[in-house]
Amino acid sequence: MKVRRAALWLLAPIAAIAFSLLVSSIALLLIHQNPFTAFGNMVKYGTQGNQIISIINRAAPLFLSAVAVAIGFKMNLFNIGVEGQYYLAALLAASVGAAVHLPPVLHVTLILVTAMTVGAVWAGIAGVLKVTRGVSEVISTIMLNFIATGIGSYLLLNYLKRPTAASDLATRTREIPKSGLFPSLDKLLGITNPNEPLSGFLLVAIAVGIAYYVVVWRTRFGFNLRATGLNAQAARVSGVNPGAMVIQTMLISGAVAGLVGMLYLLSFFHAYTLDFPTGLGFSGIAIALVGRNNPVGIAAASLLFAFLEVSAQILDLNGIPKEVIQIMQGVIILSVVVAYELVRRLVEAQDVRAAAQRTREPAAPLEGVAA
Amino acid sequence: MPEVAAVELQGITKRFPGVVANDDVNIEVAPGEVHAIVGENGAGKSTLMKILYGMLRPDSGTIRVRGEEVHFRSPKDAIAAGVGMVHQHFMLAENLTVLENIILGSEPTHGPMIAFGDARDRVKELSATYGMPLDPDRLVEDLSVGERQRAEIIKVLYRGARILILDEPTAVLVPQEVRELFGNLRDLKREGVTVIYISHKLDEVLEIADSITVIRAGRTVATVNPGDVTTGQLAELMVGSELPRPETRESTVTDTVELTVEGLGVKAADGRWLLRDVSFTVHRGEILGIAGVEGNGQAQLLEALIGVTPIAAGTIKLGREDITTWSTEARRDAGIGYIPEDRHEEGLLLAAPLWENAMLGHQAQAPFAKGAWIDRKGAKRQTEAIVSQYRVATPGIRAAAYALSGGNQQKLIVGREMIAEPKVLLAAQPTRGIDVGAQASVWDAIRRARAAGLALLLISADLEELIGLSDTLWVIFGGRLVAKVDASKVTPEELGLYMTGAKQREAAS
Repeated sequence: MKVRRAALWLLAPIAAIAFSLLVSSIALLLIHQNPFTAFGNMVKYGTQGNQIISIINRAAPLFLSAVAVAIGFKMNLFNIGVEGQYYLAALLAASVGAAVHLPPVLHVTLILVTAMTVGAVWAGIAGVLKVTRGVSEVISTIMLNFIATGIGSYLLLNYLKRPTAASDLATRTREIPKSGLFPSLDKLLGITNPNEPLSGFLLVAIAVGIAYYVVVWRTRFGFNLRATGLNAQAARVSGVNPGAMVIQTMLISGAVAGLVGMLYLLSFFHAYTLDFPTGLGFSGIAIALVGRNNPVGIAAASLLFAFLEVSAQILDLNGIPKEVIQIMQGVIILSVVVAYELVRRLVEAQDVRAAAQRTREPAAPLEGVAA
Repeated sequence: MPEVAAVELQGITKRFPGVVANDDVNIEVAPGEVHAIVGENGAGKSTLMKILYGMLRPDSGTIRVRGEEVHFRSPKDAIAAGVGMVHQHFMLAENLTVLENIILGSEPTHGPMIAFGDARDRVKELSATYGMPLDPDRLVEDLSVGERQRAEIIKVLYRGARILILDEPTAVLVPQEVRELFGNLRDLKREGVTVIYISHKLDEVLEIADSITVIRAGRTVATVNPGDVTTGQLAELMVGSELPRPETRESTVTDTVELTVEGLGVKAADGRWLLRDVSFTVHRGEILGIAGVEGNGQAQLLEALIGVTPIAAGTIKLGREDITTWSTEARRDAGIGYIPEDRHEEGLLLAAPLWENAMLGHQAQAPFAKGAWIDRKGAKRQTEAIVSQYRVATPGIRAAAYALSGGNQQKLIVGREMIAEPKVLLAAQPTRGIDVGAQASVWDAIRRARAAGLALLLISADLEELIGLSDTLWVIFGGRLVAKVDASKVTPEELGLYMTGAKQREAAS
């Protein structure tokens, strides 16, 4: 029963992926490309060692972003502002990290704590606005994204910019010293001569994923969070304080969002630069949706999206526009939502039927009548 | 009468999981009459009207409109057949004008444009014909409640309805507005419109109706002429005496006061008092019943006691402790249990497994929690205990709550509150909409807890339940406790008079 149920839920994303392959095949056929060649090349290229490392490096930030979104989703709170939260966090953490000299572990810790604090504060603003003034967090977090961009640019250009010679046009923060960087896992795993190192930040992402599961499914706080998401009014009369929950959840979500840019910062960029990756916050929303807010589901969805992005690089070399993977991602997101809803209805109908059959009560009235 | 009935319902039956909402209902409504349908809350009136208006489909039975058998699939079909409904809660867009609201969904057009001129003329004509003055260009948000209702009625007439269903139309009106409405209804009748009038306010029904059908527990009990019955006889018909009696035997009331409420008041956002100057005490082993027509402040009383609505005046004490400013969680932990009026809205996490539902409201306490952690083993053991002690029929404690029938969902809620052995239990409609067997076992649980020293505040629309279980019985009307009656002597009929305010008026005049 349990196995069948799990298989049913797995069927939904598989069907969505199959459907997206179909749609993107049609798109490829329309531009006179052979879909089999295209997808075949992608799989061949994407499963090579170097590309797998690249996929994992890309998946970890996506995973963190999706977890940040999913925490809110579990109580029907929509943090659309992960984008602005991780941007500000990366900028300020990079600046703090470059400004101090500390022993290695402490230095990294300080940078991460800074990033989490900045993310939490920025998300917390939306939480406070919702509780005190009833502002929808959807609107406020979106607007805070724009404000974050504005404030960030102002701070970067006026205060945080690395002093440069007139000939150097790159606007960036100062370099974080070596003690503040994250080591790679290459030596540990015996990887030799990779194109790019496998970032040790992967371990942080895994730890966050485990913490997410433990907090949401095993603690009282998590129970209150899920209860509020399932039935806010019932949670309220059960003793959950809705205002406090909103603020706490936004703070946690923002803190996780603060970590999103850290892999890039501490393993690759070593400073905040103008070509720092953007859009991870929005991808996180899609991945949380595809992964159904489940830690394992989110991990799988992050790897899938990272795989598509990395393996699509081969398409350009074959003269096929790699934008086809954006079609795929879009179709997956849309169709998986439909598929999950269909499965949910199916499961619900099955449950009701099963319960009715297995509990058929005798027609005689209950003994309570006589008591 | 040689005339064909405007509406004829024959053998209408509608089942929901665990409940038979309508059981072989037969009603014949003559054209041009005001036909009242009365019954207690949960008797099946609303289900019946939803069937007639095409919102639900009956499991069996036939509906005839003007002699022709109809099968409504949606309200659209009902409207096409000339049947319209005015809901208890108005369905108007506040930021649109009366005219815009009326034509919404059936806009007359000139090519791509809305023909506002034609529509305005038609609305004016309707309001003149039926004597319902209403300016089509005012914004709905500026209208009084009575005017909004008029807009709703004209909206239905505009769509060509000749048979009007009014669901509890006076529930939201002040007495003067009720007078006006009755005037309008007489005008409608004069113009040949048939009105089906759903209510449980017996004095009003006797005043306006040409015939009255009484529904009890989903069945039509009788159709009577208003001239032939008294309010008392109607109340008796409504309540009946076929159901198992929820009687308690010898008193278990002690001297220890568990809950003290003094001068409690709750205000609406607009400053009106929804609950005013409510004072009572509940002792250990006592069941204090509160009778009243829905919407007279019961909901606010419960919300104030459980701590989810701000109170404007008064104090609440649990034992000797003043808990007026305590959070809901603190009240729960201090031993206040809560059985909400609507189990789906406030009582359950439908998509969550039973064992998580059993935690709800007790998630901070053993055996459900250990510090900040959920004690999954303890929670599951406790849920097993609830399921077996309270005979919750379920495939297991991992089953989702939605899979259970209404009666079993209710038994789970009652069980989870009772097993925690609260000092005070706030119970609203503990047996609403559940079958007779489940009802009896809930009553049984209440009696046992009372004997063990529980202080219970019981709010119910089931007068028999109230009279049978209560040690002390208060009547709430217009947000105030208006009468304390002797539960061992009072009849449903007498109680009905207090609840509708009739008895008060008698005393005043």
